[in-house]
Amino acid sequence: MDAILALLENNDIFNPTTLAHYWDGLVNTVQLVFLSLVLGLVLAVPLAIMRTSKKPWINWPVWCFTYVFRGTPLLIQLYMIYYGVTLIDGIQESVFWVIFERAFYPCLIAFTLNTAAYTTEIFRGAIEATPRGEIEAAKAYGMSAAKRMRRIVLPSAFRRAIPAYSNEVVFMLHSSAIASTVTIIDLTGAARDIYARFYAPFQAYIFAALIYLCLTFTIFYIFKQLEKRMLGHLRPR
Amino acid sequence: MGQASAPLLATDIYKQFGDVEVLKGISLEADKGDVISVIGSSGSGKSTFLRCMNMLEIPTSGELRVHGDSVRFKTNRHGLREPADIRQVERIRSQLSMVFQSFNLWSHMTVMQNIIEAPIHVLGVSRAEATERAEEHLNRVGLYDRRDYYPAHMSGGQQQRAAIARALAMNPEVMLFDEPTSALDPELVGEVLKVMRGLAEEGRTMVVVTHEMAFARDVSNKVMFLHQGRIEEEGNPQDVFNNPKSERFKQFISPSY
Repeated sequence: MDAILALLENNDIFNPTTLAHYWDGLVNTVQLVFLSLVLGLVLAVPLAIMRTSKKPWINWPVWCFTYVFRGTPLLIQLYMIYYGVTLIDGIQESVFWVIFERAFYPCLIAFTLNTAAYTTEIFRGAIEATPRGEIEAAKAYGMSAAKRMRRIVLPSAFRRAIPAYSNEVVFMLHSSAIASTVTIIDLTGAARDIYARFYAPFQAYIFAALIYLCLTFTIFYIFKQLEKRMLGHLRPR
Repeated sequence: MGQASAPLLATDIYKQFGDVEVLKGISLEADKGDVISVIGSSGSGKSTFLRCMNMLEIPTSGELRVHGDSVRFKTNRHGLREPADIRQVERIRSQLSMVFQSFNLWSHMTVMQNIIEAPIHVLGVSRAEATERAEEHLNRVGLYDRRDYYPAHMSGGQQQRAAIARALAMNPEVMLFDEPTSALDPELVGEVLKVMRGLAEEGRTMVVVTHEMAFARDVSNKVMFLHQGRIEEEGNPQDVFNNPKSERFKQFISPSY
């Protein structure tokens, strides 16, 4: 404790300018992670349904997608999308350049696809774990296949998926640090700038680490509340 | 065999799983108010037969009519029989509610939500009306004070009574019971049978697959004994239990101790 106080009292590092730089980094991190999680979630729902299909031509492309994106490092996926796209002939003259010119969008695409792949598999597991008897009851009461999916399977699967998905959210937050490798000033990027400026790696990075920690606890807290609300039926009484 | 507009009419049902022939030509007619008990040892095909009634299993051959509406079949490209019109099957299923051995309540929904789910989303009843009716059914099965419980927080007997309330909420032509008391502790069996007895007295049409001989004898007006996929004995319970014609059925009902 004394050490931390001492650190905070006699430092030249944490002044309004650097704090503002951290703040910008934080905003970028939150924006990037939040958007990629939302988009990834939206993609993952139909993909997970396709992934549980018995028809190979529906199931197989999704299998390929999730295995490629879960089977390779996110850093390399990011490089492939950020640098790889520039190699396409004529891209710089096309309308797409507006998207790929800045690092933000390639990064968002890489993160979205990556989290979509993991989330798809989380949902697939949850969908397949739906008790057979409950699906049978839905059938026996005259629900169509679409209605069974919408009213019984998905609501029950989403609830089961919450604990695993909360891990995915935290992993995504932490993985987002690699956005700093493609010129994005996220929280880690900001820490690196400040390290370079003051040559104080420990202070620069531990400050960023503390902010990540606070974000992580916030995520855990939100999911805890969500579990309380949504998983009441699994709690012992 | 009687009128074509009986609530439930199954004629000459065969069912084959791979090379195994489970049902070898079984017919059943349920007229309004009939309580038909289907009994037999494990593996005799009685549950499969019941599941053919609402097409949870698709009979290999045979005819099925619900209130005169005959299920239409077609042969798919693998040479298997399947329903020609899935909407028709869904409509028929909504008229035959089923009560399962393992309850099969939807675990993420409260008792009340379980009961109003199908009336709202299959029959198109308004939420207010479905809720009002559900309250009556809950009172009927003695679970009004448990309406906001999740299934996992109730005993087996309570869950099965909730499942019966769910079945009643569809206002079905026929209620199908698939060994409704077999998963229950002996002391919980009574509360479920009591509810079922009440339904029978009320004039509900029921087909009950059961191991409860007392229920078959005292409550039902028709009994059907299946053995190896065939009807071995059938008739009204007095005749069947007092003067069994089949040797197999005599063995089945005689106490072994």
